[in-house]
Amino acid sequence: MYAFEIERPTTLDAAKAAIADGGQALSGGQTLIPTLKARLADPEKLVSLHNIPELKGISTDGDGRICIKGATVHRAVADGASGYPALASLAARIGDPAVRTRGTIGGSLANNDPSACYPAGVLASGAVIVTDRREIAADDYFLGMFDTALDEGEIIIEVKFPVPQVACYEKFIQPASRFPLVAVFVAKFADGVRVAITGASGEGVFRWTAAEEALSANFTPEALDGIAMDSSPMIADLHGDKAYRAHLCSVMAKRAVKNAK
Amino acid sequence: MKVSMEVNGRAVSGDIEGRTLLVDFLREGLHLTGTHVGCDTSQCGACTVHVDGAQVKACTIFAAEAEGAKITTIEGVAAPDGTLSTVQQAFQDYHGLQCGFCTPGMVMAATSLLKDNPKPTEAEIRHHLDGNICRCTGYHNIIKAIMAASGQEMPALAAE
Ligand SMILES: Cc1cc2nc3c(=O)[nH]c(=O)nc-3n(C[C@H](O)[C@H](O)[C@H](O)COP(=O)(O)OP(=O)(O)OC[C@H]3O[C@@H](n4cnc5c(N)ncnc54)[C@H](O)[C@@H]3O)c2cc1C
Ligand code: FES
Ligand code: FES
Repeated sequence: MYAFEIERPTTLDAAKAAIADGGQALSGGQTLIPTLKARLADPEKLVSLHNIPELKGISTDGDGRICIKGATVHRAVADGASGYPALASLAARIGDPAVRTRGTIGGSLANNDPSACYPAGVLASGAVIVTDRREIAADDYFLGMFDTALDEGEIIIEVKFPVPQVACYEKFIQPASRFPLVAVFVAKFADGVRVAITGASGEGVFRWTAAEEALSANFTPEALDGIAMDSSPMIADLHGDKAYRAHLCSVMAKRAVKNAK
Repeated sequence: MKVSMEVNGRAVSGDIEGRTLLVDFLREGLHLTGTHVGCDTSQCGACTVHVDGAQVKACTIFAAEAEGAKITTIEGVAAPDGTLSTVQQAFQDYHGLQCGFCTPGMVMAATSLLKDNPKPTEAEIRHHLDGNICRCTGYHNIIKAIMAASGQEMPALAAE
């Protein structure tokens, strides 16, 4: 690792000031520390978000949305988001217990790994990402692999999830990394179904609109029979080629519909 | 910069850099070499310790982030007179280790599991050990040891 300083502010205002002064946010470090070790980043100063009470916790707002603060760790969501069981279950399956003790929702969304779990939950729920500057709808937030609508130094404060009638996250695990090889989040709302897929496309998380239309008309696994997934944008690597990933999208989406609750 | 924390019940402090990992502070600063570095890429869990009671990979947290925290390492698990903890004793009794390199992390992970879930199923134990890699045992004896440490009948494990 290159050398850097660490600051540990205890208020959001102090963190904002330190980041505005050229610091980079350090949340759980479960992505950033491996990145620093590989010398793929060279910050002068890291600003830990771990000791800021304003950035931790889970609540329900007046519209019934589950609101999760940016530096809330995966384990706290797994244990505490009982109002949205499919989301709690997603958090409970991220990485391993030590990753869940440190890793946070804000870090995961800022990083936007093309195989990360939270982006699928956020996009399928039509959640809203609240930053220190504005609110960003999930549909406008994910801009491609490791790319988001966040500006330089913008901090994720909170994520607000509308709670669907039923939902399910089905993760086909890549056992070496424990990330999804392909995972599908299906959420059924009164006004329609949303389907988001992670791990499959080189562009990162995306909505499968053909499946959404079919499921909005008929919420059964069979409704997805015969709906083809275009394999051309799929990731191909030693774990699976494009056709394999495209096939998994359909299989995991059907499982998610079957198991949605 | 200076850092202070409590390690295995003892107040300690030291001079560190921002980039000093907790595992390096423990091993090189405090000479507590029981916490192993297997991969240094956050994959293997050999470096698992408890930070304020929660299971953490000591290679994936900076020492500066542990300021004021209570840390338990493998050296803090046995009783002061050397009597092994229930989990440690079970690893010995059920041959839950061969080379022993992964064992400090396995014991810390198992101890944290049993604190939250005193009677885990075999599936729960395997799920909890997702982040702890062992190149020797094939895991069966580790699972048996943790089952035994939780006071449960050993399951009839597959592929014995
Ligand atoms: C072994 C292992 C297995 C894993 N398995 C999975 C998995 O199955 N599924 C999955 O989704 N993830 C997985 N992860 C990644 C994990 O979920 C990370 O915790 C997460 O991707 C990053 O969150 P963090 O809090 O650790 O962020 P950090 O590593 O601290 O930061 C990541 C990036 O986000 C920025 N950042 C952090 N917080 C904010 C904020 N509030 N606002 C703006 N920018 C911010 C940082 O500056 C940095 O650029 C795994 C990681 C490991 C090590
Ligand atoms: S050395 Fe820390 S996870 Fe392998
Ligand atoms: S006993 Fe050798 S790595 Fe586990």
